[in-house]
Amino acid sequence: MSPVYSRFRHRREVPSDKADRLPPGQYLAAGFPVLSAGPTPRTPLSQWTFSIEQGGKTLKSWSWDEIQALPAETVTKDIHCVTRWSKFDTEWRGVSIDTLLGAVEYDAEYAMGFSDGGYTTNLPIEDLTDGKAWLAYSYDGEPLDPEHGGPARLLVPHLYFWKSAKWVRGLRLMDTDEPGFWETYGYHMYGDPWLEQRYSGD
Amino acid sequence: MAGTAVQRRLTWTVATVTSDVRETPSVRTLQLGVPGWTGHRAGQHLDIRLTAEDGYSAERSYSIATAADESVAITVERLDDGEVSPYLTDDLRVGEQLEVRGPIGGYFVWEKADGGPVLLVAGGSGVVPLRAILRERARTGSDAPVRLLYSARSLPDVIYRAELDGYAGLDGVEVSYALTRHRPPGWTGYARRVDAALLAEVAWPASENPLAFVCGPNSFVELAAQGLVGLGYPPGRVKTERFGGT
Amino acid sequence: MEPLDGNAVAGELAEVFGTEMTVFTATCGSCGAVGPLAELAVYDVAMGIVIRCRNCAALLVVITKVRGMSCVDLSGLAALDPPQAVGAPS
Repeated sequence: MSPVYSRFRHRREVPSDKADRLPPGQYLAAGFPVLSAGPTPRTPLSQWTFSIEQGGKTLKSWSWDEIQALPAETVTKDIHCVTRWSKFDTEWRGVSIDTLLGAVEYDAEYAMGFSDGGYTTNLPIEDLTDGKAWLAYSYDGEPLDPEHGGPARLLVPHLYFWKSAKWVRGLRLMDTDEPGFWETYGYHMYGDPWLEQRYSGD
Repeated sequence: MAGTAVQRRLTWTVATVTSDVRETPSVRTLQLGVPGWTGHRAGQHLDIRLTAEDGYSAERSYSIATAADESVAITVERLDDGEVSPYLTDDLRVGEQLEVRGPIGGYFVWEKADGGPVLLVAGGSGVVPLRAILRERARTGSDAPVRLLYSARSLPDVIYRAELDGYAGLDGVEVSYALTRHRPPGWTGYARRVDAALLAEVAWPASENPLAFVCGPNSFVELAAQGLVGLGYPPGRVKTERFGGT
Repeated sequence: MEPLDGNAVAGELAEVFGTEMTVFTATCGSCGAVGPLAELAVYDVAMGIVIRCRNCAALLVVITKVRGMSCVDLSGLAALDPPQAVGAPS
């Protein structure tokens, strides 16, 4: 049946000077919605590591302190969730994935981001490099809240935000593309918000 | 499943707001006319869907506030940062329409045949389905003894206050309020959040094989349900319904 | 985020399965915990319905809707049984 339109208004009006920053089908979010597929993990920083793996082997692993010692950047980005909310000008601080991948020798085209709690998401390595992705540990000038993926999450703002895995613990490098958690259940393998690649086959 | 009526397939339908009641400054009951409505059970809920002119839509669930056989009504509390509730409590007018789906639920329901004694534990707007249960008990002439423990911020925040106070002295119904933030002068009732000790005072002894319904915010339900299990209630006799926000 | 419970997705489940599901008894495939679907932990109803065991957090059910078709994964459950017949002890 066709929907019944009402005087219901959502607080998502886009200022006209920013309209071209909103991908098709998106709305501006009022806050910063918290959505997760499981309980918030609470790994103590003393036990936390970020690893790059391939073929079952760990190529390199960093402790929290080691990550903190790496050169970091503060970036301001628009983010777009496949559930249709977008947020402009979000400020993050973290280590560029270029810095992390640059520390290992590898030969792979794809990566699976993996997180505490079992969440995974797949990306082409090309979309993790050349200044397109970060290991982010700070949001809006504050340490990243556990509810939003802290202590650290993947940040890949040019793709739908489910690719920016919360509570990320590493990248598993792969020769072929394999679906992660949501991709297995029908979401798009790539996820370009400007092409509205929400679901497999879009 | 012997004896189960064939269920109408659940689909969205357009309902009309036929009347409303301002229960408290931030709580409003909306009576709905739903075409083809074949009735509901006390404790069930409705899903509602609002669609804005630009196509944006939002869905929420609200407990039905009335007994089976009564017109369907929902009671909505306005959450200040809510996206949907302020529209329902402040903007939607009598005569206007909204999409509904229901009635929904088969777990958090009570009917006369379930008997008692019954313990109803409400946290804030969690009282809505429990009030439906109280009304169902009255409607069916059930003699199951029932106790309602209702936690609210203050007396003005108590929803259905006149109706609940009206149960005082009625056979088999006891109502206790726990006011957590403000109390009127001379208040002799509970003045703190529901905890294990408070439950121990109000709840039916486990030996009477009571049936408990707990409804409210997540943490409230968690605490109360654990408290009742701690008093010896079998987990299968403690039914829970957790509310989200917005 | 604090999970809600199966009651919160009763409508979606009824649409997918064609019947009221929250009264069904779920057995966790990981830890064996048994209880009504209504009491399970429900996460993220925006991207899809994710239902986990309240006892061990194991993934039990995932339901997504792609172009009007539901994808239902029940593989985390060891069992999903309809409610007992009327008259049986509860």
